[in-house]
Amino acid sequence: MDSLIAASGLGPALDLLALSPPGWGGNLLRGLVNSIQIALGAFGLGLLIGLLGAYGKLYGGPVIRDLLAVYTTIVRAVPELILILILYYAVTDALNQFLVASGYARIQISGVMAGIAVLGIVQGAYATEVLRGAILAVPAGQIEAARAFGMPPVMLARRITLPAMLAFALPGLANLWLIATKDTALLAVVGFAELTLETRQAAGATKAYFTFFLAAGLLYLLISLVSGQVFGWLERRARRGEPGVGGGGR
Amino acid sequence: MTGWLQPHRVVMMALALSLLLWSALSLRWDWLADYAPLMVEGIWNTIWILVVTSVLGMVLAIPLGLAQAAGPWYLAAPARAFCTVIRGTPLLLQLWLLYYGLGSLFPQFPWIRQSELWPILRQAWPYAVLALTLSFAGYEGEVMRGAFKGVPRGQLEAAKAMGMPRFTILRRIWLPQAVQRALPTLGGETVLQLKATPLVATITVLDIYAVSSRVRQDTFIVYEPLLLLAVVYMCITGLIVLGFRQLERRVPQRVA
Repeated sequence: MDSLIAASGLGPALDLLALSPPGWGGNLLRGLVNSIQIALGAFGLGLLIGLLGAYGKLYGGPVIRDLLAVYTTIVRAVPELILILILYYAVTDALNQFLVASGYARIQISGVMAGIAVLGIVQGAYATEVLRGAILAVPAGQIEAARAFGMPPVMLARRITLPAMLAFALPGLANLWLIATKDTALLAVVGFAELTLETRQAAGATKAYFTFFLAAGLLYLLISLVSGQVFGWLERRARRGEPGVGGGGR
Repeated sequence: MTGWLQPHRVVMMALALSLLLWSALSLRWDWLADYAPLMVEGIWNTIWILVVTSVLGMVLAIPLGLAQAAGPWYLAAPARAFCTVIRGTPLLLQLWLLYYGLGSLFPQFPWIRQSELWPILRQAWPYAVLALTLSFAGYEGEVMRGAFKGVPRGQLEAAKAMGMPRFTILRRIWLPQAVQRALPTLGGETVLQLKATPLVATITVLDIYAVSSRVRQDTFIVYEPLLLLAVVYMCITGLIVLGFRQLERRVPQRVA
């Protein structure tokens, strides 16, 4: 095995990627864990905002609808990088001013929390549109039937609307999850130690740019491929019992 | 729904207007005059990078989509692999890989350093254009694959029955119908491409985002440049959306 590695000329690259300190593999993995943590948090927050936003856009009054339209339009028209900067500075600043005004000490918001909050707000705008479309795709008769039986709104959402819309929402949500994992890379610009920034530091320190960037690319690709499988399985599960339309069952 | 001008909308517009007035009057805009020429240059850089990379990316995306939709496996497999890799990794990583990786590789070869291209390769923008073009091609290759597959089979069979050569079928029948189907998606993707352009500031290309960062560093004014930046991007987004709406309207749509 050792001779094979030596023959392939990969020896130095593998030494650089070793997990313990002379190698930088441990740093990359720590960055990966940070990235996944933020992506999960942002996706969850985005789902929550999206669900509220979708219901607000569909069933809310005219004021709520217009406010939500402003929110989704602005977030989708301004680059994520700029939203991250604005929200990062503004949220930290506003929170600290509020704390100081009410007599507490200033706090330093951790990078993870700020990243989750910012990316969650961005994801929420896209999730609103995805979920709104999915809810609209649920046959109106099913919702009307549940209402006719006197189901209260929350139970109706839990038992009828949400399970029935899941199959329509999953492809869009899968896309959003992939966007979330890739948008964590943007936090490198505000100096948060996620995978891309760790990679750049490792590459800068060792001058082995290709080794580290390709290794990080492989890690991101792995996340995409694994989550593609997971979402494919979820969608098949959500569509079970549906008559075969549009090549649903592979 | 009694028309567009409802009472709450009037209130919202008044609120927005007063917010605008407040930010114009009580925020600091005195830096604007000093940086105006730089900002014009930055906006110009953003726009030409957007246009050039979108057009070049589209030119690459058509063969990528065609190879996946109808090509033999030895063309389809590499095209699919390319799209998967591009869509599966962050653009920032691709950009840094090209800029730092190629940028540190090229100087090692004397014949590159002595070539005519070296003054260009030493700058940052070729890497920015390359990375954004490849990224756009990867995403649009996937869109075009769906669009090529969505053209009704009968149209192509009719063309074949008329004895059209294969390239003429592509040029006259297949490609126009595929592009027409993909137009709404392409508009959205172009907006996404615009939103990807500020990343080039991280490799020292002077786009409008880089200009606003410089204002922030020079004057320690945080919010005003960022707010102006958001407005600039919203204006460009609006222009793109309007442009694509015009394009879509030019193509006759079937109504029923």
